[in-house]
Amino acid sequence: MTNTYDAIVVGGGHNGLTHAAYLAKAGLRTLVLEQRHLVGGAAITEEVVPGFSFTTFSYALSLLRPEIIHELDLVRHGFMPLMMPSSFHPTGDGDYLLLGDDHGQNTTEIRRHSRHDADAYDRYHHDLDRVVQAVQPLFDNPPPDVFGKDPEDQADVKWLLDHLGGVERTVMHDVVRLLTGSASDWLEDYFEHPAVQGFHASSSIIGSKVGPMSPGSGLVLLFHKMGQHDGHLGSWAFHKGGNGGFTQVLARAAEAFGTEIRLGARVSSVLTDGDRATGVVLDDGTELRAPVVVSALDPRRTFLDLVDPRTLPADLVDNVERMRFRGVSAKVNFALDALPVFPALPDTVDHYGGFLNIGPTIEYVERAFDAAKYGWYSERPFIDAAIQSVVDPDMAPPGKHVMSCFVQYAPYDLRGSDWETEREPFGDKAQAVLESHFPGFGDLVLHREVVTPVDIEATTGLTEGNIFAGEFLAPQMYFFRPAPGWSQYRTPIQGYYQCGSGTHPGGCVIGSPGKLASQRVLRDLRS
Amino acid sequence: MIRTTPFHPRLSQLNSQGLYTHWQGHLSALRYTHAPKHEYFAVRNAVGVFDTSPLFKYRVHGPDAERFLSGVLVRDVRTCRPGQAQYTLWCDDRGFVMDDGVVFRHSATDFLLTTARPSLGWFADLARRHDVELEDVSDNQAMLAVQGPRSRAALSTLAPEAAQLRFFEHTQAKIAGSPVTLSRTGYTGDLGFELTVEAEHALDVLDAVLEAGRVHGIRPFGEEALMMLRIEAGLPLVDVEWTNSRLAFTDDQRVTPTELGMGWMLRDVTDGDRAFVGRDAIRRELASRTSRWASVGVVVDWEAWDRVHHEAGLLVPKDEHPLPYESLLYDTAADDQTDTVVAGGARGRSPGAAGYVTSFLYSPVLQRHVGLARVRPDLAAPGSTAHLEIAISHHNTTVPVQTAALPLFRPARKTGQA
Repeated sequence: MTNTYDAIVVGGGHNGLTHAAYLAKAGLRTLVLEQRHLVGGAAITEEVVPGFSFTTFSYALSLLRPEIIHELDLVRHGFMPLMMPSSFHPTGDGDYLLLGDDHGQNTTEIRRHSRHDADAYDRYHHDLDRVVQAVQPLFDNPPPDVFGKDPEDQADVKWLLDHLGGVERTVMHDVVRLLTGSASDWLEDYFEHPAVQGFHASSSIIGSKVGPMSPGSGLVLLFHKMGQHDGHLGSWAFHKGGNGGFTQVLARAAEAFGTEIRLGARVSSVLTDGDRATGVVLDDGTELRAPVVVSALDPRRTFLDLVDPRTLPADLVDNVERMRFRGVSAKVNFALDALPVFPALPDTVDHYGGFLNIGPTIEYVERAFDAAKYGWYSERPFIDAAIQSVVDPDMAPPGKHVMSCFVQYAPYDLRGSDWETEREPFGDKAQAVLESHFPGFGDLVLHREVVTPVDIEATTGLTEGNIFAGEFLAPQMYFFRPAPGWSQYRTPIQGYYQCGSGTHPGGCVIGSPGKLASQRVLRDLRS
Repeated sequence: MIRTTPFHPRLSQLNSQGLYTHWQGHLSALRYTHAPKHEYFAVRNAVGVFDTSPLFKYRVHGPDAERFLSGVLVRDVRTCRPGQAQYTLWCDDRGFVMDDGVVFRHSATDFLLTTARPSLGWFADLARRHDVELEDVSDNQAMLAVQGPRSRAALSTLAPEAAQLRFFEHTQAKIAGSPVTLSRTGYTGDLGFELTVEAEHALDVLDAVLEAGRVHGIRPFGEEALMMLRIEAGLPLVDVEWTNSRLAFTDDQRVTPTELGMGWMLRDVTDGDRAFVGRDAIRRELASRTSRWASVGVVVDWEAWDRVHHEAGLLVPKDEHPLPYESLLYDTAADDQTDTVVAGGARGRSPGAAGYVTSFLYSPVLQRHVGLARVRPDLAAPGSTAHLEIAISHHNTTVPVQTAALPLFRPARKTGQA
């Protein structure tokens, strides 16, 4: 085994793997170093109970940029996003909103609750799709360096201004409303029914310390709409075998291009010579050399742990230290003996094909958020659940099921207690909410796994358990992700780069940071 | 008067949509749920059932059955042993394809032939000089396709024979106390089986299959899902990929077995001594290399597809529902076309035309827009480039495609053993 490479990627999460695959595809001898016994970072699938595969952390696929699928030839390596055909939203009064793949039937279903909202549903999606169209090029390209002075930077800025100049007035206004405003303000302009509002508000708070009434929740809503399943914007898929199945595909693709992956290899620091990166040293003292070292870790790890922050510009260090992480998300994963029963739909399972959205109204979710403001978890949390074995029976033994529950709010810092103490009481709160919608749920539970923000941090290294490697707040996005002047994947240390979710365009299983950073590395190598 | 199949009483209960097409005079479900793509994924990732009862089923038996069939079917049925089945074609005297079907050999003298279009009269006319009986058993026998990676596991609990059955083998089994013919056949390109059962036992067998499949995520799938599956699997469909030669008006509508991509059926034709309808014409075609077309898959250049839609201000469509019409292929891109497209496409092959796409969709498992196409033989080599005409914003343009070998989707489990 050689210890000299063209490029070393620190961290085998999905962005690290994506990045490594692109570098290897370009001919670089590339090494990925992963601290754990498996790649995937926060996109892993683990057989927690024999026969039951849990998506421990992230649990569905949408944001992944389609071009990455093609450019890395992922289908050849087993890429298979399974359709999640329905969205199920209990309205809290025993009724429900059940949306699927048939537009007319969705309209009828919404009309059952509100005649007003039936056609608003079309306008809402149309307007949001237009916003996505307008923002997409920003999403798929590195942010211009607005602080740069050379002609290339100025050309990038011109490109951005030209693009924005071509966006229609109404669309641009909607862009700004979403980037700066609250999801509830946005949604209330379209929908009158609390359940219809609540259904659409759920994506506005995922992973973020905001309520649907907070400014900034519009941005989170928009971000989640940027994804797609087979061209349907905002739709989600379940990758065969979970997101761990996906990162295994990615690892195979990376290896097929020549990437070497070392597991159980935790990097303790980046080696430098003057202002140049020269390699890394592992916890066990092993030194590995490469002129390019790329951190797929979050900005805190990248700038404060892997290198000596005293060697970095003070404003960068200051920004990274003040960057908001504040994880508020937890997972409660269940192995179930059978499918739960929703009393109003006793004889069918078709409502379990996709997400089960337990957050009946905006007010419900906002009240769940209230506790987090003051350092405590929700008494009645919001839950984004999916019974993944319905879509992919290989996730559980025949007839049994796995249920992934993304639960908010669970603030990283608890006031007056800690997560070791509160893990199971918090799990009980989540389970009680499920019990209230699915009577008898508790009797079906064969196993329960509670994953707190502290667990997320401890296992994946994501600071404060923030699933996006840095919150989605306007001051932490685009030009400013992760810090002003450092949004183009470089660092102040020559040859040391960043490619994690803490860089543009950000979190979720998306691959873009890994891809865009690889373009930066390859351009720098050529110049 | 529209009829229903023997499985209809149960399957209609599972159909929340009420959308049916008419297939050979029978109600045939287009979809069972709001999401035919989900039904499609049952077959690609779990197990699905499809009611294929409207197929015509002809029992061919008697001392001359083998001799007769080997003289009318393109593939040599003499090589099909009892317990085996063959997918085959039959042609007219000019060597153009009439229909296709599957022949199941039950014994030395007993065969069952399935086909999508009625053919009994044509076979009967040819059978006159043989000691053979042709019997239309279409109405007596129901057929259920059980398809998908978990089909074997689901069926093995009912009929252990399923575990060992090889691709295109069949056997007699009992399910729910009823005799069935269990075959390792299907029209999805995946691991799969078909159950042929007397109509009176159809519901008992279906109920048993649904119950056995419940823990495997079984769901019925309709014709929309079937179309997605069969296109990925490179399986042609009469009246879409070709027109029965006997019913065609022009040779442009007709195809030879070679042109249909079934040249692999003709291994014994050049040298063998077996005479069958169309053989001499096929021999001439092979000897003089006069095949006009090759059947291939086409895979669309995704970057170009995305770009032309982005530039038109549209979202990029990725529709798994096949286009209901044929599309044309050219040698050059729209911007470079110097040849003139014949108005109305009278002969379907304007100067420079490279071929035509008969079936086209966005494939969820391949993550690409793909099609079944007929191209000039010089474009048959996989990786050849042609340009597909598409209309965007009321304007014709083209996107590059590459030809590919069929089937486009070929999981090892389709033909593999447990």
